[in-house]
Amino acid sequence: MKRKWYDWRNVYLWLVFLLLYAPIFYLIFYSFNAGTTMTHFTGFSWQHYAELFADTRMIEIVLDTLLIALLSSLLATIIGTLGALAIYGIKKVWLKNSILSLNNILMVSPDVIIGASFLIFFTFLGLRLGFSSVLLSHIAFSIPIVVLMVLPKLSEMNHSLIDAATDLGATNLQVLTRVVFPFITPGILTGFFMAFTYSLDDFAVTFFVTGNGFETLSVEIYARARQGISLEVNALSALMFLFSLLLIGGYYFIEQYNSSKKERRRNRMEAKLIK
Amino acid sequence: MKKYNAFYSVPYVLWLLLFVIAPLLLIVYQSFFNINGQLTLSNYQTYFGSGTYLRMTFNSIWYAFIITLVTLLISYPTAYWLSQTRHKQLWLLLIILPTWINLLLKAYAFIGIFSQAGAANHFLEFIGLGSQQLLFTKTSFIFVAAYIEIPFMILPIFNAIDELNPSLINASRDLGATNWQTFSKVVFPLTLNGVKAGVQAVFIPSLSLFMLTRLIGGNKVITLGTAIEEHFLVTQNWGMGSTIGVVLIVAMVVIMFATGERRKKGGHRE
Repeated sequence: MKRKWYDWRNVYLWLVFLLLYAPIFYLIFYSFNAGTTMTHFTGFSWQHYAELFADTRMIEIVLDTLLIALLSSLLATIIGTLGALAIYGIKKVWLKNSILSLNNILMVSPDVIIGASFLIFFTFLGLRLGFSSVLLSHIAFSIPIVVLMVLPKLSEMNHSLIDAATDLGATNLQVLTRVVFPFITPGILTGFFMAFTYSLDDFAVTFFVTGNGFETLSVEIYARARQGISLEVNALSALMFLFSLLLIGGYYFIEQYNSSKKERRRNRMEAKLIK
Repeated sequence: MKKYNAFYSVPYVLWLLLFVIAPLLLIVYQSFFNINGQLTLSNYQTYFGSGTYLRMTFNSIWYAFIITLVTLLISYPTAYWLSQTRHKQLWLLLIILPTWINLLLKAYAFIGIFSQAGAANHFLEFIGLGSQQLLFTKTSFIFVAAYIEIPFMILPIFNAIDELNPSLINASRDLGATNWQTFSKVVFPLTLNGVKAGVQAVFIPSLSLFMLTRLIGGNKVITLGTAIEEHFLVTQNWGMGSTIGVVLIVAMVVIMFATGERRKKGGHRE
Protein backbone atom coordinates (compact mmCIF):
# COMPACT_ATOMS: atom_id res chain seq x y z
CA MET A 1 0.00 0.00 0.00
CA LYS A 2 1.78 3.08 -1.18
CA ARG A 3 0.81 6.43 0.19
CA LYS A 4 1.95 9.91 -0.60
CA TRP A 5 3.80 11.52 2.29
CA TYR A 6 1.14 14.20 2.66
CA ASP A 7 -1.67 11.66 2.98
CA TRP A 8 -3.53 12.69 6.14
CA ARG A 9 -2.79 9.36 7.81
CA ASN A 10 0.91 9.97 7.34
CA VAL A 11 0.54 13.53 8.53
CA TYR A 12 -1.01 12.12 11.71
CA LEU A 13 1.91 9.74 12.18
CA TRP A 14 4.36 12.59 11.65
CA LEU A 15 2.54 14.65 14.27
CA VAL A 16 2.78 11.81 16.78
CA PHE A 17 6.49 11.46 16.10
CA LEU A 18 6.93 15.19 16.47
CA LEU A 19 5.11 15.05 19.80
CA LEU A 20 7.25 12.17 21.01
CA TYR A 21 10.58 13.66 20.01
CA ALA A 22 10.08 17.41 20.43
CA PRO A 23 10.59 17.45 24.22
CA ILE A 24 13.75 15.37 23.96
CA PHE A 25 15.30 17.56 21.31
CA TYR A 26 14.13 20.67 23.13
CA LEU A 27 16.09 19.47 26.11
CA ILE A 28 19.20 18.72 24.09
CA PHE A 29 18.96 21.98 22.13
CA TYR A 30 19.11 24.09 25.29
CA SER A 31 22.10 22.18 26.59
CA PHE A 32 24.09 24.28 24.10
CA ASN A 33 22.62 27.53 25.36
CA ALA A 34 25.13 30.15 26.45
CA GLY A 35 22.52 31.56 28.84
CA THR A 36 21.12 29.79 31.87
CA THR A 37 17.43 29.37 31.05
CA MET A 38 15.52 26.78 29.04
CA THR A 39 13.49 29.52 27.34
CA HIS A 40 15.84 32.03 25.73
CA PHE A 41 18.60 30.80 23.50
CA THR A 42 21.31 33.43 23.65
CA GLY A 43 24.09 31.71 21.78
CA PHE A 44 25.98 28.48 21.30
CA SER A 45 28.35 27.31 23.99
CA TRP A 46 29.80 24.16 25.50
CA GLN A 47 29.94 25.70 28.96
CA HIS A 48 27.30 23.44 30.51
CA TYR A 49 29.20 20.39 29.34
CA ALA A 50 32.34 21.84 30.87
CA GLU A 51 30.45 22.38 34.14
CA LEU A 52 29.17 18.82 34.00
CA PHE A 53 32.63 17.33 33.55
CA ALA A 54 34.02 19.52 36.32
CA ASP A 55 31.27 18.39 38.69
CA THR A 56 33.00 15.53 40.52
CA ARG A 57 29.92 14.78 42.61
CA MET A 58 27.87 14.24 39.45
CA ILE A 59 30.55 12.04 37.91
CA GLU A 60 30.66 9.98 41.07
CA ILE A 61 26.88 9.53 40.90
CA VAL A 62 27.09 8.48 37.24
CA LEU A 63 29.74 5.89 38.09
CA ASP A 64 27.71 4.60 41.06
CA THR A 65 24.64 4.30 38.83
CA LEU A 66 26.56 2.34 36.22
CA LEU A 67 28.11 0.12 38.89
CA ILE A 68 24.68 -0.65 40.38
CA ALA A 69 23.26 -1.34 36.92
CA LEU A 70 26.11 -3.65 35.95
CA LEU A 71 26.26 -5.60 39.22
CA SER A 72 22.51 -5.91 39.61
CA SER A 73 21.92 -7.03 36.03
CA LEU A 74 24.75 -9.55 36.25
CA LEU A 75 23.47 -11.11 39.48
CA ALA A 76 19.85 -10.94 38.33
CA THR A 77 20.84 -12.72 35.12
CA ILE A 78 22.53 -15.54 37.04
CA ILE A 79 19.67 -16.03 39.51
CA GLY A 80 17.02 -15.56 36.82
CA THR A 81 18.62 -18.07 34.47
CA LEU A 82 18.88 -20.65 37.24
CA GLY A 83 15.25 -19.88 38.10
CA ALA A 84 14.18 -20.40 34.51
CA LEU A 85 15.98 -23.77 34.49
CA ALA A 86 14.21 -24.70 37.72
CA ILE A 87 10.79 -23.68 36.35
CA TYR A 88 11.51 -25.56 33.13
CA GLY A 89 12.19 -28.71 35.17
CA ILE A 90 8.84 -28.58 36.98
CA LYS A 91 6.46 -31.21 35.70
CA LYS A 92 3.26 -30.34 37.57
CA VAL A 93 1.31 -27.78 35.56
CA TRP A 94 -0.40 -26.07 38.50
CA LEU A 95 2.89 -25.63 40.33
CA LYS A 96 4.55 -24.20 37.26
CA ASN A 97 1.70 -21.76 36.70
CA SER A 98 1.59 -20.59 40.29
CA ILE A 99 5.35 -20.02 40.34
CA LEU A 100 5.06 -18.06 37.10
CA SER A 101 2.31 -15.93 38.63
CA LEU A 102 4.51 -15.23 41.65
CA ASN A 103 7.36 -14.43 39.27
CA ASN A 104 5.22 -11.81 37.53
CA ILE A 105 4.08 -10.03 40.68
CA LEU A 106 7.03 -7.64 40.63
CA MET A 107 6.50 -7.03 36.91
CA VAL A 108 2.96 -5.71 37.30
CA SER A 109 3.23 -4.05 40.70
CA PRO A 110 3.43 -0.27 40.64
CA ASP A 111 6.89 1.02 41.52
CA VAL A 112 5.71 2.73 44.71
CA ILE A 113 4.43 -0.57 46.07
CA ILE A 114 7.73 -2.29 45.34
CA GLY A 115 9.64 0.62 46.86
CA ALA A 116 7.48 0.90 49.98
CA SER A 117 7.37 -2.83 50.66
CA PHE A 118 11.15 -3.18 50.16
CA LEU A 119 11.67 -0.25 52.52
CA ILE A 120 9.61 -2.02 55.20
CA PHE A 121 11.48 -5.25 54.48
CA PHE A 122 14.97 -3.71 54.79
CA THR A 123 14.03 -1.84 57.95
CA PHE A 124 12.57 -5.04 59.36
CA LEU A 125 15.88 -6.81 58.68
CA GLY A 126 17.81 -3.91 60.16
CA LEU A 127 19.77 -3.36 56.95
CA ARG A 128 21.29 0.10 56.61
CA LEU A 129 19.86 1.96 53.63
CA GLY A 130 22.40 2.82 50.98
CA PHE A 131 24.40 1.06 48.29
CA SER A 132 23.50 -2.46 49.43
CA SER A 133 19.77 -1.86 49.77
CA VAL A 134 19.63 -0.23 46.33
CA LEU A 135 21.65 -3.07 44.82
CA LEU A 136 19.45 -5.74 46.40
CA SER A 137 16.27 -4.00 45.20
CA HIS A 138 17.58 -3.68 41.66
CA ILE A 139 18.53 -7.35 41.59
CA ALA A 140 15.11 -8.24 42.96
CA PHE A 141 13.03 -6.33 40.42
CA SER A 142 15.21 -7.42 37.47
CA ILE A 143 15.02 -11.17 38.10
CA PRO A 144 11.50 -11.72 36.68
CA ILE A 145 12.33 -10.15 33.31
CA VAL A 146 15.37 -12.43 32.95
CA VAL A 147 13.19 -15.46 33.72
CA LEU A 148 10.67 -14.31 31.13
CA MET A 149 13.38 -13.89 28.49
CA VAL A 150 15.13 -17.22 29.15
CA LEU A 151 12.10 -19.47 29.64
CA PRO A 152 10.79 -19.30 26.03
CA LYS A 153 14.26 -20.26 24.78
CA LEU A 154 14.21 -23.32 27.02
CA SER A 155 10.77 -24.29 25.78
CA GLU A 156 11.94 -23.86 22.19
CA MET A 157 14.75 -26.31 22.80
CA ASN A 158 14.14 -29.78 21.46
CA HIS A 159 14.16 -32.18 24.39
CA SER A 160 15.71 -34.94 22.33
CA LEU A 161 18.91 -32.88 22.30
CA ILE A 162 19.22 -33.47 26.04
CA ASP A 163 18.25 -37.13 25.69
CA ALA A 164 20.81 -37.61 22.95
CA ALA A 165 23.56 -35.98 25.04
CA THR A 166 22.69 -38.13 28.05
CA ASP A 167 22.58 -41.27 25.90
CA LEU A 168 26.01 -40.44 24.56
CA GLY A 169 27.30 -40.40 28.12
CA ALA A 170 27.37 -36.71 28.98
CA THR A 171 27.19 -35.89 32.67
CA ASN A 172 24.52 -33.52 33.95
CA LEU A 173 27.03 -30.69 34.12
CA GLN A 174 28.16 -31.37 30.56
CA VAL A 175 24.57 -31.39 29.33
CA LEU A 176 24.06 -28.05 31.00
CA THR A 177 27.23 -26.33 29.79
CA ARG A 178 27.60 -27.91 26.34
CA VAL A 179 23.99 -28.29 25.22
CA VAL A 180 21.59 -26.16 27.23
CA PHE A 181 23.60 -22.97 27.77
CA PRO A 182 24.71 -22.47 24.18
CA PHE A 183 21.11 -22.86 23.09
CA ILE A 184 19.63 -20.36 25.54
CA THR A 185 22.45 -17.77 25.35
CA PRO A 186 20.42 -15.34 23.20
CA GLY A 187 17.67 -15.32 25.85
CA ILE A 188 20.22 -14.81 28.61
CA LEU A 189 21.81 -11.87 26.76
CA THR A 190 18.44 -10.22 26.12
CA GLY A 191 17.54 -10.73 29.79
CA PHE A 192 20.80 -9.17 30.92
CA PHE A 193 20.24 -6.25 28.64
CA MET A 194 16.70 -5.63 29.85
CA ALA A 195 17.83 -5.91 33.48
CA PHE A 196 20.55 -3.34 32.77
CA THR A 197 18.11 -0.82 31.31
CA TYR A 198 15.56 -1.43 34.09
CA SER A 199 18.22 -0.61 36.61
CA LEU A 200 19.36 2.55 34.77
CA ASP A 201 15.78 3.74 34.32
CA ASP A 202 14.49 3.08 37.78
CA PHE A 203 13.59 6.03 39.91
CA ALA A 204 10.70 5.23 42.25
CA VAL A 205 12.04 2.07 43.88
CA THR A 206 15.49 3.59 44.36
CA PHE A 207 13.97 6.75 45.78
CA PHE A 208 12.31 4.72 48.53
CA VAL A 209 15.25 2.54 49.53
CA THR A 210 18.20 4.85 49.00
CA GLY A 211 18.37 6.54 52.40
CA ASN A 212 20.52 9.65 52.76
CA GLY A 213 24.08 8.84 51.81
CA PHE A 214 23.74 7.21 48.42
CA GLU A 215 22.27 8.52 45.20
CA THR A 216 21.68 7.28 41.69
CA LEU A 217 21.32 9.46 38.65
CA SER A 218 17.51 9.39 38.59
CA VAL A 219 17.30 10.46 42.22
CA GLU A 220 19.79 13.26 41.60
CA ILE A 221 17.89 14.49 38.53
CA TYR A 222 14.68 14.50 40.56
CA ALA A 223 16.31 16.53 43.32
CA ARG A 224 17.69 19.04 40.83
CA ALA A 225 14.46 19.28 38.83
CA ARG A 226 12.57 20.15 42.01
CA GLN A 227 14.90 23.09 42.48
CA GLY A 228 14.24 24.37 38.98
CA ILE A 229 16.17 24.56 35.74
CA SER A 230 19.89 23.86 35.64
CA LEU A 231 21.28 23.47 32.17
CA GLU A 232 23.85 21.03 33.49
CA VAL A 233 20.96 18.56 33.62
CA ASN A 234 20.29 19.31 29.94
CA ALA A 235 23.90 18.54 29.08
CA LEU A 236 23.61 15.33 31.05
CA SER A 237 20.42 14.37 29.25
CA ALA A 238 22.09 14.90 25.87
CA LEU A 239 24.87 12.54 26.90
CA MET A 240 22.38 10.02 28.25
CA PHE A 241 20.45 10.18 24.99
CA LEU A 242 23.64 9.31 23.12
CA PHE A 243 24.29 6.51 25.59
CA SER A 244 20.80 5.05 25.06
CA LEU A 245 21.35 5.19 21.31
CA LEU A 246 24.55 3.22 21.79
CA LEU A 247 22.78 0.70 24.01
CA ILE A 248 19.99 0.24 21.49
CA GLY A 249 22.54 -0.15 18.74
CA GLY A 250 24.29 -2.80 20.81
CA TYR A 251 21.03 -4.55 21.54
CA TYR A 252 20.01 -4.70 17.89
CA PHE A 253 23.47 -5.89 16.98
CA ILE A 254 23.09 -8.80 19.41
CA GLU A 255 19.61 -9.61 18.08
CA GLN A 256 20.80 -9.42 14.49
CA TYR A 257 23.82 -11.57 15.28
CA ASN A 258 21.66 -14.17 17.00
CA SER A 259 19.10 -14.37 14.25
CA SER A 260 21.71 -14.50 11.49
CA LYS A 261 23.55 -17.24 13.37
CA LYS A 262 20.34 -19.20 13.68
CA GLU A 263 19.68 -18.62 10.01
CA ARG A 264 23.12 -19.87 9.05
CA ARG A 265 22.70 -22.94 11.21
CA ARG A 266 19.34 -23.66 9.64
CA ASN A 267 20.77 -23.27 6.16
CA ARG A 268 23.59 -25.63 7.01
CA MET A 269 21.14 -28.22 8.34
CA GLU A 270 18.98 -27.92 5.28
CA ALA A 271 22.02 -28.31 3.06
CA LYS A 272 22.91 -31.49 4.89
CA LEU A 273 19.40 -32.84 4.55
CA ILE A 274 19.45 -32.27 0.83
CA LYS A 275 22.70 -34.16 0.52
CA MET B 1 19.10 -33.35 35.52
CA LYS B 2 16.84 -34.08 38.49
CA LYS B 3 19.62 -33.95 41.07
CA TYR B 4 20.77 -30.52 39.97
CA ASN B 5 17.29 -29.10 39.89
CA ALA B 6 17.15 -28.71 43.66
CA PHE B 7 20.57 -27.07 43.59
CA TYR B 8 19.86 -24.38 41.09
CA SER B 9 16.42 -23.57 42.31
CA VAL B 10 17.79 -22.45 45.69
CA PRO B 11 18.66 -18.80 44.84
CA TYR B 12 15.50 -18.36 42.82
CA VAL B 13 13.23 -19.76 45.51
CA LEU B 14 15.01 -17.61 48.09
CA TRP B 15 14.28 -14.59 45.91
CA LEU B 16 10.61 -15.58 45.64
CA LEU B 17 10.31 -15.93 49.40
CA LEU B 18 12.36 -12.89 50.42
CA PHE B 19 11.58 -10.32 47.75
CA VAL B 20 8.15 -11.27 46.46
CA ILE B 21 6.20 -12.91 49.25
CA ALA B 22 7.78 -11.36 52.35
CA PRO B 23 7.47 -7.69 51.26
CA LEU B 24 3.84 -8.20 50.25
CA LEU B 25 3.02 -9.79 53.60
CA LEU B 26 4.95 -7.07 55.41
CA ILE B 27 3.04 -4.26 53.72
CA VAL B 28 -0.26 -5.90 54.75
CA TYR B 29 1.11 -6.47 58.26
CA GLN B 30 2.35 -2.87 58.53
CA SER B 31 -1.06 -1.53 57.56
CA PHE B 32 -2.43 -2.72 60.92
CA PHE B 33 -0.09 -0.52 62.95
CA ASN B 34 -0.61 3.11 63.79
CA ILE B 35 2.15 5.71 63.95
CA ASN B 36 3.01 4.76 67.54
CA GLY B 37 3.49 1.11 66.67
CA GLN B 38 0.26 -0.17 68.19
CA LEU B 39 -1.75 -2.90 66.55
CA THR B 40 -5.08 -1.40 65.46
CA LEU B 41 -7.57 -1.17 62.67
CA SER B 42 -7.52 2.61 62.93
CA ASN B 43 -5.76 3.11 59.59
CA TYR B 44 -8.58 1.39 57.79
CA GLN B 45 -11.11 3.30 59.87
CA THR B 46 -9.44 6.58 58.92
CA TYR B 47 -9.23 5.53 55.30
CA PHE B 48 -12.87 4.53 54.92
CA GLY B 49 -14.22 6.92 57.52
CA SER B 50 -12.83 10.26 56.46
CA GLY B 51 -13.95 11.54 53.11
CA THR B 52 -10.45 12.85 52.30
CA TYR B 53 -8.86 9.50 51.53
CA LEU B 54 -11.84 8.15 49.61
CA ARG B 55 -12.01 11.36 47.57
CA MET B 56 -8.27 11.14 46.89
CA THR B 57 -8.63 7.51 45.74
CA PHE B 58 -11.55 8.40 43.51
CA ASN B 59 -9.63 11.34 42.03
CA SER B 60 -6.59 9.18 41.42
CA ILE B 61 -8.67 6.56 39.62
CA TRP B 62 -10.41 9.29 37.63
CA TYR B 63 -7.09 10.80 36.52
CA ALA B 64 -5.75 7.37 35.61
CA PHE B 65 -8.91 6.82 33.58
CA ILE B 66 -8.54 10.10 31.70
CA ILE B 67 -4.83 9.47 31.06
CA THR B 68 -5.62 5.98 29.76
CA LEU B 69 -8.41 7.29 27.54
CA VAL B 70 -6.29 10.09 26.05
CA THR B 71 -3.43 7.66 25.47
CA LEU B 72 -5.74 5.13 23.83
CA LEU B 73 -7.35 7.71 21.54
CA ILE B 74 -3.94 8.85 20.29
CA SER B 75 -2.34 5.40 20.19
CA TYR B 76 -4.93 3.32 18.38
CA PRO B 77 -4.88 5.29 15.11
CA THR B 78 -1.11 5.53 15.36
CA ALA B 79 -0.71 1.78 15.75
CA TYR B 80 -3.27 1.14 13.01
CA TRP B 81 -1.68 3.37 10.40
CA LEU B 82 1.78 2.41 11.49
CA SER B 83 1.02 -1.21 10.70
CA GLN B 84 0.18 -0.17 7.12
CA THR B 85 3.44 1.64 6.43
CA ARG B 86 6.20 -0.04 4.53
CA HIS B 87 9.08 0.07 6.99
CA LYS B 88 6.88 -0.67 9.96
CA GLN B 89 9.52 -2.32 12.13
CA LEU B 90 11.76 0.73 11.77
CA TRP B 91 8.90 3.07 12.63
CA LEU B 92 8.02 0.94 15.62
CA LEU B 93 11.61 1.14 16.81
CA LEU B 94 11.39 4.93 16.56
CA ILE B 95 8.23 4.87 18.67
CA ILE B 96 9.92 2.77 21.34
CA LEU B 97 13.14 4.79 21.40
CA PRO B 98 11.78 7.59 23.66
CA THR B 99 10.95 5.02 26.35
CA TRP B 100 14.69 4.51 26.76
CA ILE B 101 15.11 8.08 27.88
CA ASN B 102 14.88 8.39 31.63
CA LEU B 103 11.36 9.37 32.67
CA LEU B 104 12.63 12.15 34.89
CA LEU B 105 14.48 13.81 32.04
CA LYS B 106 11.27 13.88 30.03
CA ALA B 107 9.41 15.39 32.96
CA TYR B 108 12.23 17.90 33.35
CA ALA B 109 11.93 18.87 29.67
CA PHE B 110 8.30 19.77 30.25
CA ILE B 111 9.22 22.01 33.17
CA GLY B 112 11.05 24.10 30.57
CA ILE B 113 8.45 23.80 27.81
CA PHE B 114 5.47 24.65 30.01
CA SER B 115 7.17 27.44 31.93
CA GLN B 116 5.94 31.03 31.82
CA ALA B 117 8.22 31.98 28.89
CA GLY B 118 8.50 28.45 27.48
CA ALA B 119 7.84 27.04 24.03
CA ALA B 120 4.22 26.09 24.75
CA ASN B 121 3.35 29.64 25.75
CA HIS B 122 5.14 31.05 22.70
CA PHE B 123 2.97 28.80 20.60
CA LEU B 124 -0.20 29.89 22.42
CA GLU B 125 0.73 33.54 21.89
CA PHE B 126 1.45 32.83 18.26
CA ILE B 127 -2.01 31.38 17.63
CA GLY B 128 -3.52 34.28 19.53
CA LEU B 129 -4.58 32.62 22.76
CA GLY B 130 -2.12 34.51 24.88
CA SER B 131 0.19 33.22 27.54
CA GLN B 132 -1.26 31.02 30.28
CA GLN B 133 -0.20 29.36 33.48
CA LEU B 134 0.59 25.86 32.18
CA LEU B 135 2.97 24.30 34.63
CA PHE B 136 1.52 23.04 37.90
CA THR B 137 -1.95 22.48 36.53
CA LYS B 138 -4.03 19.33 36.28
CA THR B 139 -4.07 19.54 32.49
CA SER B 140 -0.29 19.60 32.28
CA PHE B 141 -0.13 16.57 34.57
CA ILE B 142 -2.49 14.63 32.30
CA PHE B 143 -0.60 15.78 29.20
CA VAL B 144 2.82 14.73 30.47
CA ALA B 145 1.56 11.44 31.89
CA ALA B 146 -0.09 10.62 28.55
CA TYR B 147 3.11 11.65 26.73
CA ILE B 148 5.12 9.20 28.79
CA GLU B 149 2.65 6.33 28.45
CA ILE B 150 1.88 6.56 24.72
CA PRO B 151 4.59 4.12 23.52
CA PHE B 152 3.45 1.53 26.08
CA MET B 153 -0.03 1.71 24.60
CA ILE B 154 1.04 1.70 20.95
CA LEU B 155 3.22 -1.39 21.25
CA PRO B 156 0.63 -4.01 22.34
CA ILE B 157 -2.00 -2.59 19.97
CA PHE B 158 0.48 -2.61 17.10
CA ASN B 159 1.34 -6.25 17.84
CA ALA B 160 -2.34 -7.21 17.88
CA ILE B 161 -3.02 -5.43 14.58
CA ASP B 162 0.08 -6.90 13.03
CA GLU B 163 -1.06 -10.42 13.91
CA LEU B 164 -4.46 -9.81 12.35
CA ASN B 165 -5.03 -11.91 9.26
CA PRO B 166 -5.48 -9.47 6.33
CA SER B 167 -7.79 -11.86 4.50
CA LEU B 168 -10.41 -11.21 7.20
CA ILE B 169 -10.44 -7.56 6.20
CA ASN B 170 -10.63 -8.45 2.53
CA ALA B 171 -13.47 -10.87 3.25
CA SER B 172 -15.36 -8.17 5.11
CA ARG B 173 -14.91 -5.72 2.22
CA ASP B 174 -15.93 -8.33 -0.34
CA LEU B 175 -19.10 -8.99 1.59
CA GLY B 176 -20.02 -5.35 1.23
CA ALA B 177 -19.06 -3.84 4.59
CA THR B 178 -18.14 -0.18 4.62
CA ASN B 179 -14.79 0.93 5.97
CA TRP B 180 -16.35 1.86 9.28
CA GLN B 181 -18.19 -1.47 9.53
CA THR B 182 -15.01 -3.36 8.75
CA PHE B 183 -13.25 -1.46 11.48
CA SER B 184 -15.92 -1.66 14.17
CA LYS B 185 -17.10 -5.20 13.48
CA VAL B 186 -13.87 -6.92 12.44
CA VAL B 187 -10.66 -5.07 13.18
CA PHE B 188 -11.42 -3.58 16.58
CA PRO B 189 -12.95 -6.71 18.19
CA LEU B 190 -10.05 -8.82 16.96
CA THR B 191 -7.46 -6.42 18.36
CA LEU B 192 -9.23 -5.97 21.68
CA ASN B 193 -6.62 -8.07 23.46
CA GLY B 194 -3.93 -5.61 22.45
CA VAL B 195 -6.08 -2.75 23.72
CA LYS B 196 -6.59 -4.56 27.02
CA ALA B 197 -2.87 -5.18 27.42
CA GLY B 198 -2.22 -1.53 26.65
CA VAL B 199 -4.85 -0.32 29.12
CA GLN B 200 -3.28 -2.49 31.78
CA ALA B 201 0.19 -1.19 30.98
CA VAL B 202 -0.98 2.42 31.27
CA PHE B 203 -3.66 2.41 33.95
CA ILE B 204 -1.73 0.79 36.79
CA PRO B 205 1.37 3.03 36.54
CA SER B 206 -0.90 6.08 36.17
CA LEU B 207 -2.22 5.44 39.68
CA SER B 208 1.25 5.77 41.10
CA LEU B 209 3.12 8.47 39.17
CA PHE B 210 4.14 10.47 42.21
CA MET B 211 7.15 12.17 40.62
CA LEU B 212 4.96 13.75 37.94
CA THR B 213 2.42 15.02 40.45
CA ARG B 214 5.31 16.69 42.26
CA LEU B 215 7.26 18.05 39.30
CA ILE B 216 4.47 18.86 36.84
CA GLY B 217 1.22 18.77 38.83
CA GLY B 218 2.61 21.05 41.52
CA ASN B 219 0.79 19.03 44.21
CA LYS B 220 -2.58 19.98 42.70
CA VAL B 221 -3.06 16.35 41.76
CA ILE B 222 -2.65 13.72 44.44
CA THR B 223 -2.58 10.15 43.23
CA LEU B 224 -2.43 7.00 45.33
CA GLY B 225 1.30 6.94 44.62
CA THR B 226 1.77 10.50 45.88
CA ALA B 227 -0.10 9.65 49.08
CA ILE B 228 2.05 6.56 49.66
CA GLU B 229 5.27 8.48 49.06
CA GLU B 230 4.09 11.28 51.35
CA HIS B 231 3.29 8.87 54.18
CA PHE B 232 6.44 6.82 53.86
CA LEU B 233 9.06 9.46 53.20
CA VAL B 234 7.64 12.72 54.51
CA THR B 235 5.28 12.17 57.45
CA GLN B 236 6.81 8.78 58.31
CA ASN B 237 3.37 7.30 58.99
CA TRP B 238 4.16 3.91 57.48
CA GLY B 239 0.97 2.29 58.73
CA MET B 240 -1.27 4.68 56.83
CA GLY B 241 1.02 4.50 53.80
CA SER B 242 0.77 0.71 53.84
CA THR B 243 -3.01 0.90 54.10
CA ILE B 244 -3.12 3.00 50.94
CA GLY B 245 -0.63 0.55 49.45
CA VAL B 246 -3.02 -2.32 50.17
CA VAL B 247 -5.79 -0.35 48.46
CA LEU B 248 -3.52 0.17 45.44
CA ILE B 249 -2.71 -3.56 45.33
CA VAL B 250 -6.44 -4.37 45.43
CA ALA B 251 -7.06 -1.85 42.62
CA MET B 252 -4.27 -3.48 40.62
CA VAL B 253 -5.71 -6.98 41.07
CA VAL B 254 -9.16 -5.74 40.02
CA ILE B 255 -7.72 -4.15 36.86
CA MET B 256 -5.75 -7.26 36.04
CA PHE B 257 -8.85 -9.40 36.29
CA ALA B 258 -10.86 -6.90 34.27
CA THR B 259 -8.31 -6.75 31.47
CA GLY B 260 -7.58 -10.46 31.53
CA GLU B 261 -4.03 -10.80 30.31
CA ARG B 262 -1.16 -10.83 32.71
CA ARG B 263 1.64 -8.97 31.06
CA LYS B 264 3.05 -5.55 31.44
CA LYS B 265 6.67 -4.61 31.28
CA GLY B 266 7.51 -7.80 29.40
CA GLY B 267 5.58 -6.54 26.44
CA HIS B 268 7.01 -3.07 26.78
CA ARG B 269 10.20 -3.02 24.88
CA GLU B 270 10.54 -5.73 22.39
